This record gives sequence, structure tokens and C-alpha cells, in this order.
Amino acid sequence: MNAHDEDRIKKLLQQALPRVAEDAQPARDLWPAVLRRMDSRTAPLPWFDWALLAGLVAFAAFFPASIPVFLYYL
Amino acid sequence: MRSGASDVSDQVPDQVLDEFRQGSVAAFETLFRQHQRAVYGWILRIVRDPEAAEDLTVETFWRIDRARARFQPWRGFEPWARRIATHAALDWLRTRRPASEQTALTVEDLPAAATADPVVSAEIRQKTAQAFGRLPPRLRIAAILAVVEEQPHKTVAEALGISVPAVKLRVFRALRLLRKDLEQQGITP
Repeated sequence: MNAHDEDRIKKLLQQALPRVAEDAQPARDLWPAVLRRMDSRTAPLPWFDWALLAGLVAFAAFFPASIPVFLYYL
Repeated sequence: MRSGASDVSDQVPDQVLDEFRQGSVAAFETLFRQHQRAVYGWILRIVRDPEAAEDLTVETFWRIDRARARFQPWRGFEPWARRIATHAALDWLRTRRPASEQTALTVEDLPAAATADPVVSAEIRQKTAQAFGRLPPRLRIAAILAVVEEQPHKTVAEALGISVPAVKLRVFRALRLLRKDLEQQGITP
């Protein structure tokens, strides 16, 4: 791809995706949502998450061959 | 977060930055109020979806709060926030299907600054946007910031945590893949 082709595809892309306006701003005050998000991090992990984790660890201990499969899907 | 604008953190007293590092919620709110619009605008430029940009702005400031101990005041709050925002947006792009409908939807809703050239048909613009949506996120993000939003390569490099030559390479690869995709659809740019 030469410089001329590159310029043409750049212009086409600029036509396809308009630039975002300089004065774009959120439609609502996001601070309350940030505070809620900050509070949620201190919430304890639900018991079923611990149970699921324990189950996975037990499964991996009994079937070590499954570990690469788990890692693949992570 | 336009590159030409002065860094807003210059206007924030050092005391606020120090208090933020020590965990002051009031200082964090001060920083949030000063930077939320810039962070939102930066994310919107990447994800091009106002609702997702709002959610990602919240996510970004949550990550900022979690990482406050690693904040280095002398490097400026805004570049640091921009980098965290970029990674949050990149994570979001990676979870999205490269479906064509998402681009078509968001282009209509976007507060756009540019007007369309009547020489380029709406169909070609739509196919280009769809093809762009199929690019790998890390190429898309570099191209959208550097080409569409015309951000300086240095700013894009800092936001992505890569070098300027790496940004140029990603942009080049994105344009080459885009051209190939369009050619397969019978569109010669």
C-alpha cells in the first residue's frame, strides 16, 4: 500500500466515522455511580462464588489434565 | 483531552493530588469533577457509544481510585487517567462481537463534529464502518485515535503504553486490513 492509497483510505475512514464533537459530555452526573462502584468493591464475595472456586480447585486436584483446558478458556 | 489543550491537572493544587493519593474521597471528587468530561470524551472517541462511554467513565474512575497508590503526581493526572481510560475502553472493545450493527447504531447517535461528503455514498460509508468494526481492537483503537480523531501519535502512544513507531505500525496495519476487507466487498477505496 503506497502513500496515495493510504491517504485515500484515511479519507474514506474519516467519512465513515465522523469525529466526536469537542464539547461531548455525559448526559448525567456520573459521580453517584462512581461512589456506588467504589462501595461495591468492599462487599464480601457471595458464598456461592467461594463454593464455585472450591469446586474448581477440587476438580483440578482430582483431574490435573483439565487445568490446560481451563486455562485455554480463561 | 485534546492534545492542544493545557493539562487540566496543572490547575489542581498539589495538595489535592497528595490528598487523593492518601485516600481522600473529597480530593478524588475534586479530580473527578475536573476530569470527568475529558475522560468521557476520550472514551467516547474510542467506543463511539454514549451509553457505554458513561459506564466506562465510571469504570475508569473506579480503576483510578484503586490504583491511587501508584499515582505519580509529577507525571500529571490527565495522561495517567487517559491511559487507564484507554485500557478500560480496550477491554470493552475486546468483549464486543465484531458485528456490523454496533457501528451502524452508534454513528447515528454520536455527537459528531464532521459532516459527510456527498461524493462518498452512504452505503460505502456504512460498509467502511462495518469493516472497521471487524478489525482487531488494538488496531482499531490506534486507527480511530490517530486517523479519525487526529490525535498526535505521541498522545496515542502514551495512552496505549506503546512507542510512537508502534502506533504508526498499528495504524498502517489497520488501514491495510481495512482496504483488503473493502476490496473483498468489491469496494476500491
